[in-house]
Amino acid sequence: MSAVVDSVAPQPARPRQPVLRHPVVRAFVSIALFVAFWELASRLNWPWIGQAPAPSKVLDAWMPLLNDHGYWYSWYQSSRRVLSGFLAAMLIGIPFGLAMATSRIFHDVAFPVFEILRPVPPLAWVPAAIIFWPTQELSIGFVIFLGAIFTIVLNVIGGARAIDGRFFQAARSMGSSNWDIFRRIILPGVLPSIIVGCEVGIGITWNVVVAAEMISGGGGAIQSRAGGGLGFFIWNSYIGASYPLIVVGMVSIGIAGYISSAIIRRLGILATPWLRVR
Amino acid sequence: MNAPAPMASKGAIRIQNVDKVYLAREGAVQAVSDCSRDIRPGEFCMIVGPSGCGKTTLLNAIAGFHDITGGAIYLDSEMLCGPERPKAEPGPDRVVVFQNGALFPWKTNLDNVTFGPVVQGKMTRAEASEKARGMMADAGLAGVEHNYPGEISSGMRRRVEIVRALMNDPKVLLLDEPFRALDSLTKSVMHEALLEIYYKNKVTIFFITHDLEEAIFLGHRVAIMTTRPCKPKKLLEVDIPHPRNYSVLTSPRFRELMEETVSAVHEEAVKAFEAGEKEM
Amino acid sequence: MANGPRASAAEVGAWAMLMYRISGWLRSPTPYLMLAGFAAFFGAWFLLSEVFRVWRFASLPGPRAVLLEWFNPNPVYGMSLYTPDYYMHVWMSLRRVLYAFVISTGLGVPFGLFLGWSKVFREFTFPVFETLRPIPVLAWVPLAIVMFKGDETPVIFLTTLASFYATALNTMLGVQSIDESYPRAAACLGASKWQIFRHVIIPGALPFMFTGLQISVGVAWFSLVAAEMVSGEYGLGYLINSSYVNVQYPVIIIGMISVGIVGYASSALVRLAGDYLMQWRVRELALGGAR
Repeated sequence: MSAVVDSVAPQPARPRQPVLRHPVVRAFVSIALFVAFWELASRLNWPWIGQAPAPSKVLDAWMPLLNDHGYWYSWYQSSRRVLSGFLAAMLIGIPFGLAMATSRIFHDVAFPVFEILRPVPPLAWVPAAIIFWPTQELSIGFVIFLGAIFTIVLNVIGGARAIDGRFFQAARSMGSSNWDIFRRIILPGVLPSIIVGCEVGIGITWNVVVAAEMISGGGGAIQSRAGGGLGFFIWNSYIGASYPLIVVGMVSIGIAGYISSAIIRRLGILATPWLRVR
Repeated sequence: MNAPAPMASKGAIRIQNVDKVYLAREGAVQAVSDCSRDIRPGEFCMIVGPSGCGKTTLLNAIAGFHDITGGAIYLDSEMLCGPERPKAEPGPDRVVVFQNGALFPWKTNLDNVTFGPVVQGKMTRAEASEKARGMMADAGLAGVEHNYPGEISSGMRRRVEIVRALMNDPKVLLLDEPFRALDSLTKSVMHEALLEIYYKNKVTIFFITHDLEEAIFLGHRVAIMTTRPCKPKKLLEVDIPHPRNYSVLTSPRFRELMEETVSAVHEEAVKAFEAGEKEM
Repeated sequence: MANGPRASAAEVGAWAMLMYRISGWLRSPTPYLMLAGFAAFFGAWFLLSEVFRVWRFASLPGPRAVLLEWFNPNPVYGMSLYTPDYYMHVWMSLRRVLYAFVISTGLGVPFGLFLGWSKVFREFTFPVFETLRPIPVLAWVPLAIVMFKGDETPVIFLTTLASFYATALNTMLGVQSIDESYPRAAACLGASKWQIFRHVIIPGALPFMFTGLQISVGVAWFSLVAAEMVSGEYGLGYLINSSYVNVQYPVIIIGMISVGIVGYASSALVRLAGDYLMQWRVRELALGGAR
């Protein structure tokens, strides 16, 4: 029985913590200061940050959009692309990575090719993808797939390598078959790395989606301002000189990206209960 | 004759009614409760107790890494920490040798050893290097000065860390289960090495361990602590004369002392086991 | 004196050791499998695009067309290893990455170190940092063009932004990863706060920091190429885009390969610099990880 005391022994009286010490308060203060500084710089027309549209104008432009069906459709478009490209990357990348981690032969054949393709930034593939794939959606999807897959595969390999060899020995000595070992040791062992790889990968995916939408013009109806995804929305706002909308688009993507990362992290925590102990 | 280190006049520690309560997930936990000890200058003082009982907390309080919530600790009648000042300042008069070793892996062994005096400005690099070489040679470490800690064995690393501490002429050497990670063969050699170093330097040693044999073999006095909250349960005067060597381990007096104390230690160990104490 | 496969490095010279390792590698199936992999990849590409002209592969330039152009002293589209224009594009991109890397490292490393070291600093600064982070760097492109007049500055800003995040974040993680015994040991050896920062925090964070720097180089190339494709003149991203627009398809592939090579080389350079600065790790790992 550990000595959990009901009433703590009298401690030397500590002065009440000033409000400014609380981390959440500090967070608010710093963000508020940042926004205030930005507003000021914009009004005073300072260089660089002052040239960006003021937060007040951004908010003014944003409010009406919340009722605009097209705006939310852009959200849907971008999210759909992110999701499909990312899922494809996981569906192919995870088995591919596991194959490379478990089979020496497969690794020696496939890894060098993988490694020489990796340094080519995914967006450099855009023109080649447009030439190759019949529709624009497919080419965007392909580039997204490329963006995420390298990270996922590397993380899977790294995670598999990091599994302590003694787990395999213990399992064998208890009579496990190959399939058992794969299902009960390799898969759970790689899971944390896969999750980390997914968190990083989704960030890359959003980058690629936004860029692809900006570069290839969104692939949606050119008439409507929205409809080609949030990246297209941003680019279009720029072309149309509606600068506050640019920032609206940026913040929207930021929020969408944050939500997707949070979902992955949540799923990750649910999938790995053994890591929750601490 | 059970005399402490030759003519040590400083390094007396007085632990007076020390309490330490900290806040964990399950509520307030009392790690140390009303603990008092007097340690004589130059004494080789052993603290024995089961894992997680709070003995490291005591060491951390003396070293200045944690604060205490009650009582006071004095070093040579100067207050280290107490009611007005709950946390002591870490300093080169009380150097710590850490459980898992804290030699800086990015510095060579020589740079590690000379770190203290150089960083305090007490010696130039050249002076410190000279003294360091001498001390390292005495400790059987000649030749590894320019290696990195990652390149030498763990036993040697321990010795380098002890030499690093002693370079600062500390009043007290605080050792937190330093030999815990070593195998028993290396450990027994390290014991003799430590004793040799002790005989050459006037320093009080505050040594924490869970190994009763190690405690009786090395120390002047052994304090056996209870499980959490930590409190001295039994004090043992080890009257086997210094200088000692490994033959002491099979001497009759050693066996007698073990018999006196092993049941007390075992009792606390069982309590800790049942409580599922984790290392703090 | 043992002279077989277990000969110790002390008895055999370093050069002989290297030779031994290479011969061992050559005797294993690894290099041949690697060649098989490359052959399969390039072979498939070649067959699909130039020989059999399967489906959409027919529109893609094949490896033969690319190589013919790239190594051509008189290239059809004006870009090959023999034309100065090619190197100008390479240099423009490289220069931008260099600027961005230097600035982002110069800002990111101290920022990250302080984020890790000072609770106050972190609590006041990290929230803004984290709020801006989810915004993909490439979403900044139009705003950057609006904020920074000129052609070069927006591109460099974007690249710097991306690298800055990677560097600062990883440096902060590096500081946080330092075992608490090290600063404690330094404190009881008499070091002041600044000395602890200099002798413990900075070297202790180096491993993570260099991982961050390698990531930041990769991210820099990623962002640069995108930025160049959207708004730039000269540079490999611009080259890739313009050769698509001008229907000079082999040059697209040349551009892609060039980016890959230069990107890989810059990453490798950073890694080498890290190995040099962190001798202790290299030696430790060579001994099979004594720690």
